[in-house]
Amino acid sequence: MMLTDFPLFPEQASTVAHQVDALYIMLTIVTGLAIVYRRRPDNELDQEEEAPKALEIAWIVIPFIFFMATFVWGSWLYFELARVPDNALDVYATGKQWMWKFQHPSGQREINELHVPVNRPIRVTMASEDVIHSLFFPYFRTKADVLPNRYRTLWFQATKTGRFHIFCAEYCGTLHSGMIGWVEVMEPTDYQKWLAGGTEGSLASQGEKLFQKYACATCHTNDATARGPVLLGLFGKTVTLSDNKTVVADENYIRESILNPQAKLVQGFGPIMPTFQGQVSEEDLLKLLAYIKSLTPPPKG
Amino acid sequence: MTSVTYHDVRFLEPAKTRNYLNVDYGAFSWLFTKDHKRIGILYMFSISIMFILGGFFAMMMRLELLTPEGDLLTSDTYNKFFTLHGIIMIFFFLIPSIPAVLGNFILPIQLGAKDLAFPKLNLLSWYLYMIGAFVGLLVIILGGVDTGWTFYTPFSTQYSNMHVFGTTFGAFIVGFSSILTGLNFIVTIHRMRAPGLTWFRLPLFVWAMYATSLVQLLATPVLAITLVMLMIERVVHVGIFDPALGGDPLLYQHMFWFYSHPAVYIMILPAMGVASEVVAAFTRKKIFGYKFVAFSSLAIAFLGFLVWAHHMFVAGISVYSAMIFSFLSYFVAVPSAIKVFNWTATLYKGSVSWQTPMLYILGFIGLFTMGGVTGLFLAALGLDVHVTDTYFVVAHFHYIMVGGAVMAYFAGIHYWWPKITGRMYPEWWARLSALLVFAGFNLTFFPQFVLGYVGMPRRYHAYAPEFQVLNVMSTAGASILALGYALPLAYLLWSLRFGRKAGVNPWGAVGLEWTTNSPPPKDNFHETPVVTWDAYDYPAMLKAMGETQNV
Amino acid sequence: MTAVVHGDDEHAHHPFLQHQFEDLGQQHEASILGMWMFLSTEILFFGGVLCAYWIYRVMYPQAWVLGGEQQNTLAGGINTIVLIISSLTMALAVRNAQLGSRRATVAMLIATLFFGSVFLGVKGFEYTMHWREGLFPGVHFTWHEVPELAPKVQLFMVFYWGLTGLHALHMVIGVGLLLWMIWRAWRGHFGPEYYGPVEVMGLYWHFVDIVWIFLFPFLYLIPHFGVHHG
Repeated sequence: MMLTDFPLFPEQASTVAHQVDALYIMLTIVTGLAIVYRRRPDNELDQEEEAPKALEIAWIVIPFIFFMATFVWGSWLYFELARVPDNALDVYATGKQWMWKFQHPSGQREINELHVPVNRPIRVTMASEDVIHSLFFPYFRTKADVLPNRYRTLWFQATKTGRFHIFCAEYCGTLHSGMIGWVEVMEPTDYQKWLAGGTEGSLASQGEKLFQKYACATCHTNDATARGPVLLGLFGKTVTLSDNKTVVADENYIRESILNPQAKLVQGFGPIMPTFQGQVSEEDLLKLLAYIKSLTPPPKG
Repeated sequence: MTSVTYHDVRFLEPAKTRNYLNVDYGAFSWLFTKDHKRIGILYMFSISIMFILGGFFAMMMRLELLTPEGDLLTSDTYNKFFTLHGIIMIFFFLIPSIPAVLGNFILPIQLGAKDLAFPKLNLLSWYLYMIGAFVGLLVIILGGVDTGWTFYTPFSTQYSNMHVFGTTFGAFIVGFSSILTGLNFIVTIHRMRAPGLTWFRLPLFVWAMYATSLVQLLATPVLAITLVMLMIERVVHVGIFDPALGGDPLLYQHMFWFYSHPAVYIMILPAMGVASEVVAAFTRKKIFGYKFVAFSSLAIAFLGFLVWAHHMFVAGISVYSAMIFSFLSYFVAVPSAIKVFNWTATLYKGSVSWQTPMLYILGFIGLFTMGGVTGLFLAALGLDVHVTDTYFVVAHFHYIMVGGAVMAYFAGIHYWWPKITGRMYPEWWARLSALLVFAGFNLTFFPQFVLGYVGMPRRYHAYAPEFQVLNVMSTAGASILALGYALPLAYLLWSLRFGRKAGVNPWGAVGLEWTTNSPPPKDNFHETPVVTWDAYDYPAMLKAMGETQNV
Repeated sequence: MTAVVHGDDEHAHHPFLQHQFEDLGQQHEASILGMWMFLSTEILFFGGVLCAYWIYRVMYPQAWVLGGEQQNTLAGGINTIVLIISSLTMALAVRNAQLGSRRATVAMLIATLFFGSVFLGVKGFEYTMHWREGLFPGVHFTWHEVPELAPKVQLFMVFYWGLTGLHALHMVIGVGLLLWMIWRAWRGHFGPEYYGPVEVMGLYWHFVDIVWIFLFPFLYLIPHFGVHHG
């Protein structure tokens, strides 16, 4: 063991890393200063007096202003971490006791390894097959719990190439500490080469096969008079439901509509679709999702 | 009625009279006692065993973490050990520690009462505690439990194949012990105060216990019902929290933290109460800003109910609710900061005597402040995303719960030991143990802040090699800490037989408990005291003493 | 209502004055406050499960309506009336204990016991029917009229059995306490200066009634609340 094995900070390998570190360092320095230059209530206090109101109030107000500044800074960062850039590249993740499975839109699948290009925002859409996990990228300063009943997303943009830790941060059973992996951040050209190695066809095309296999197309034809709603161009649109409420057809809506079709019925359609709860694996769901997302209407004219 | 005041009795020698210890003998006189003092001793005995047991599991974990590989224990054993460490230390040690031991013993005496309002209920609380602890610990013999003390669903309901039911049932029963203790204290404080003992003459320990009891009364039932739902789900296999059957696992987390965040204040508010008592006694001063300190206890108890979801910032709550909970979390910091400020202001330029209780409380103030400040780090949303579920959080809550609550418990035990037993503990050894605990604690847990920021997740049985140096430091510190905690066990037992006789008021402190014999008689006072002075009226006492000497 | 308290000496040796209290007045106030504190815990206890109930009701309104339709509203309605009457007899028991009228106290307590038992009997009848209809959650659950919603209706039934079961448990405890109170009242323990136990018992009984007043609409009357059908 050498002193070089004694890190104080994890490597800064994403666009937000230095911002999170800045907040951390600011708080650490202010704490340090407060300890070194703590206010000495010297002559202001008399032995037997009650506290002077002004002093007590100053002690409440001054830290509180500081707290609020920290609050604003922290919330601003949190929004930054929640707002996925528009040009983000999609990656899909499934947590399962005790491994991370990743799927790329181009069809590659990997376990406990994730290949991504440098300097490009990556959006990870993820769900769990069993218990709650948490996908943690310490060098990118982000994590999110992975839930068994809905999709969650996180994003990062790596700023340097190399191999960086993936940890599971939410206790998930026996081999929780073995549910680890590596992000391989690559130069775009290397990434393209890596992508070319895939053989199974794109995720959407795999989803299309499942779409046929489960006979979805019997009802979901692209005909407005069919028994099921038209899926062409559905993703991202606003849908009116049978109770006149509206929802945006996002990942979670599509997921719910496959697993639990009665929950949000589209206006004008009967509750005839069977549930697929327990019949479609998380990975297959992601393929179907990728297929439905790919169904964009042909450009007009 | 004659009034007994502090300056009359300070110099009285304890008469060789009957006290609560020698009034009768035998196991039955203890097991069926309704005397709050004896019940306090029963609790002290029980939770000490729990502390040793929980400490054993902690030590095994620290030894495992000496090396990056999981070589000492298997993964399942390690997971069971951290689960049992958490459950034992939180439900069976910390929650009852100061309230059930020191609160039971001291609170009625500080109020000038003969006993708590409901002595039988008090004994029932102890039995519930013992039954709950027994049921909970039966799982150790049966093979353990591996869910972590948080019992997160759906792991605990659908996936763990260990003894989740027994453990949660034990915690459920112990919850009722805690509720009944809180109820008893509230009624006692409202209805059993001695003549003249108005609300603003109450010692701050009483204010703190009042706030604590409110939290026990209002938060614990929510945990109880949550655990019931968890047990039903596990036994009947229905989907209250199981997503496959339409349940929502996040609802479990909300309900769990609705109790378990306020539970932190069940641990820390009594500790703050002890700090106020000790700071006043060893500086011979009034607590600076008495009313601020008193009301800040209530403020903490109230605000503590509004911040539970700050444990869930990455769990899947909406961005806006996360902001609200972050915002409110900063408000909790304010009353805590008020207290720290008022203690340091009281200490400042006081004639501080550096006895063991004071040393522990100085440690408490420092470590609690450190824990509180790192809480501000965690309340900052963007930073929390990185450090939550890492060792940073582990370090943070150990600074609050061990550096805060346990330090104050040891301070209180030393401070009131002469009153409880009639004997003094050996001062030199006690100071040594206080220093060892402080040094050992910091060496154990300070590196964990760094470890967490570097990215080591909590509850890891094996870890990446770059985390090893910090883990070795932490384990080294834990050994010192263990030694620091073992010493009092030895010298306090020694003092029962060989300690110097304490006398009525060895510290020269004010407060009703220092006007009665050590150990106190069965009904605490020979005559109902009448209180004519404010809390911590040291200036008047010092003046009275000066007059006595001049005569 | 506060106790009538006379001078210290007169009551220092009242047989029911516990040693930790100075006088009966203090004892009375302590026991009343103690029961109020206990009830505040109870509110949070029921509140926790009602909160979970409410969240799922919002998530699955149709299943909740279907679940409500499985209930026997007549039986629930009768039980509501029975409990309200029992609250009246309980209040009269407290009043009579306070007035020192032994026979009337015992009579009113027995009446309360009777109505409480009727409630439990009706509830037992309902439970039996539900059990036979396969409406007990778990492996025995055989309700499949709307297969898509069966898991959610089962969830409703979890709350139905849980909430009414918890309430019935409180009723059973209440009946036990009533038996004890009847015995004490019969022995002539209560009078104008000592009736705290009956009053505390009354507080508990009224609380258990009020819980039912919430449970009845939540569990039985949902279909009548005009929830939008999908």
